[in-house]
This record gives sequence, C-alpha cells and structure tokens, in this order.
Amino acid sequence: MTQTANPDAQSLAEWMRRLAEDQDRDAFAALFEYFAPRIKAYMMRSGSDDVSAEEFAQEAMLMVWRRAASFDPAQASVATWVFTIARNKRIDAFRRNNRPELDPDDPLLLPAAEPMQDDKLEEDQTADAIRTAMADLPAEQVRMLKMAFYEDKAHSEIAEETGLPLGTVKSRLRLAMGKLRTILGETEL
Amino acid sequence: MTAALTSGGAMRTVEPSHHLSDDMLLDYAAGSLDEATSLIVATHLTYCPSCRKRAAELDALGGTLLRDVAPVSLSKGSLESVLARLDQPAEPAPVHAALPANDNPLVPAVLRRYLGGDLDAVTWKNLGMGVQTSEIAMNVEGKRAFLLRVPAGKAVPHHTHDGNEFVLILRGAYNDEIGRFARGDLAISDGSIKHKPVAEPGEDCICLVVVDAPIRLTGPIGAILNLFVKV
Repeated sequence: MTQTANPDAQSLAEWMRRLAEDQDRDAFAALFEYFAPRIKAYMMRSGSDDVSAEEFAQEAMLMVWRRAASFDPAQASVATWVFTIARNKRIDAFRRNNRPELDPDDPLLLPAAEPMQDDKLEEDQTADAIRTAMADLPAEQVRMLKMAFYEDKAHSEIAEETGLPLGTVKSRLRLAMGKLRTILGETEL
Repeated sequence: MTAALTSGGAMRTVEPSHHLSDDMLLDYAAGSLDEATSLIVATHLTYCPSCRKRAAELDALGGTLLRDVAPVSLSKGSLESVLARLDQPAEPAPVHAALPANDNPLVPAVLRRYLGGDLDAVTWKNLGMGVQTSEIAMNVEGKRAFLLRVPAGKAVPHHTHDGNEFVLILRGAYNDEIGRFARGDLAISDGSIKHKPVAEPGEDCICLVVVDAPIRLTGPIGAILNLFVKV
C-alpha cells in the first residue's frame, strides 16, 4: 500500500462526515489508508509485534466504522477522536483493565462557564499550535512526551531510558505541558 | 449516628479549587494511568470544566502525534479484509451494569458504576471514632480504592503516607494544614506530608480515596487504629 498523501484536517472531517451520515465505504477506505498504518505504528511503539499491531489497527478502524455516528466535530478533530479509540484499544490489548471515563450525560457534570467554541477551523489551529509549541520545546522534552504518549512508558521507565533522575523527568514533562498550555491558551483568545 | 444523605446541594455550581496534577492528566491522556487513579481523574473531570479543557488539549496532542508518526505499511489485503468485516455484527460491547435511573444523583455516574448504585446504597464498615470506610472492588496491583466517611465536625487521625494518597471530596468539606477541600476538590499527598484533616460541621465528609502504599497513622489513637486499618 502506498500512502503518500497527507490529507488536511478538512478532508479528514469530510470523510468522517460521509462515513457518519451515509456509511460511505469509500470514505471509510480513505480514512483507513490514512490512519491504519499510523495506528499500527503506534501499537508497535507500545510493544506489539508487526502481526498483532496490524490486527489492533484493523480492530480500531472497525470501531471507527461502528462508532462513526458518535463522532462530534464540535468536541474533537478526527485525528484526536481516532487517537482516543486507538488508545482504548491499546489499553484493552495490553493492560486488560478499564479506563473510567466521565459520563457526558451525567446530571452532575458542571458545565464550563463559557460554552466551548465549535468552530471546526479551530481544530486545525489547535493542531498547528501544538506543532508550533513542540517545535519550540527542547528535543529532550519532545522525546519524553512521545515516550509517555506512544511508548506506554511510565515516568520511571523514561527516567531509566534517558538516564535522568525521576524528579527531573517529571519536572521536564511538566515544563513541556506548561509550554503547550500557554501556547494553546494564546491561540484560543 | 450518621446523618442521612440528601441530594440537596449535590449539584456543584462552582468549579473546584484543587485540581488534577499534570502527571495525572498526562498519564490519563496517554492511557497509562492505572484504573483506580483513573477513577479519581474521571470523577474530578465531571466536576471540573477547566481540567476537562486540559484533558481535551492533551487528547489533541495525542491526535497530532498520531498524524505525525511515521506510518508502518500494512500487509497486502489489509483494507479488503476489514471491508469484508464491516457488515458483521459487532461483538457485544462490554456490559456496564445498568445504572438505575437517577435524576438527582449524589455522586458522578462514573463512580456510581463502581459502587453498583448511589452513595446511599453503600455498605459502610466502622473503623471507630465514627469514621467509616467502604472498599471499591478493583483488580489493580499495588493500589487500593475506597470511600471514607468522616462525621461532620470530626477529625481523621494524624497520618503519614509511605506512598501517594489521592483524596477526592464527594460530600461535605474538610480543612487541614494545606487548606479547605470541598466537593470536587482533589488532595494529593506524598510521603512528606503529615496531615490531620478535620471535617467541617454540618455534613459528613465523604471522599473517594486511592492509596498506593499502606497508610501509617501516627499518635496514640492512630497506633490503635492502625490495628484495624488493614491496608
């Protein structure tokens, strides 16, 4: 499979809309060709071998197909939504436990003071802002973030691999997150 | 004698003042946080729009990293084999025990699933001094989750921690050396903290607690209570 195109967030959103509204198989195939090799990479970095990583990627994409109607572009971009599905697939596959999540219909859910903006363009801006922030971070902090996200590494394992004390790993991750938050906060103004 | 629980005031209208740590949010977003601590996170998120926003930003980071990862080629026919499976019925979703309909719950739904109902259905075990606990069954190595109920106006014995202790307030409020903690607030303590929370008068203080190491009670009363608290 050759996959050279890098669709923008709007193309992804359009495929997703056709999938959710019309169960469009071509749109699903397009999403599959883009995301499945990336989910496979994500699973391999978390420790899966080639064969199981591909199975997990296929199962994650089946979940994308089945849950398409629950995708809400006001809540998250397509990539973010697919990431949460792949993440939960990984938790199922490796940890065999649950990831408790809040119930969006909970009467106790305290709403935000200002309604979240549901501007689809904002998702692109968020992704851009994240890339900008990452480009500004020291390479070591980016590497640590990727290890935490991609390689399913506990902070103690990151410490071991980087040869840094645990406290230093934690404080650098916190620095990186603070930086991301500042830049994202500025973008949303 | 403990007061009956009422749902009056269960709605929180003000955001909590004590929030999730960056460590917890990052690990929750990455999917590497244990189930017990994740339950605390999800319960706090229900009460806290600003932590929800931080969590959503980290999910977006995950989405961006997924777009940027170097893809790994699939085997030949991978898409076709998935297309062929699209019409198969989905395997049944993991069954959440159905929650009884409840328009005026005492605690967030994510927690009620673990309790098997609302707070008023919990079976409490007396620890003495009016303090009660109730274990939350969970198969997590090295962690323990339980509810803790401290009568209004009473203190929890002085204690220190060998490991981390996470306390999320569900009902009532307490004060300790750090400050005031009310519904939705999260208190994070490590081994360096020795504290004595005192519940505010008026309402029993009920908390969701997750510990990752035995709690040591200090002081003469603590020494006795230690015999009962099998952590």
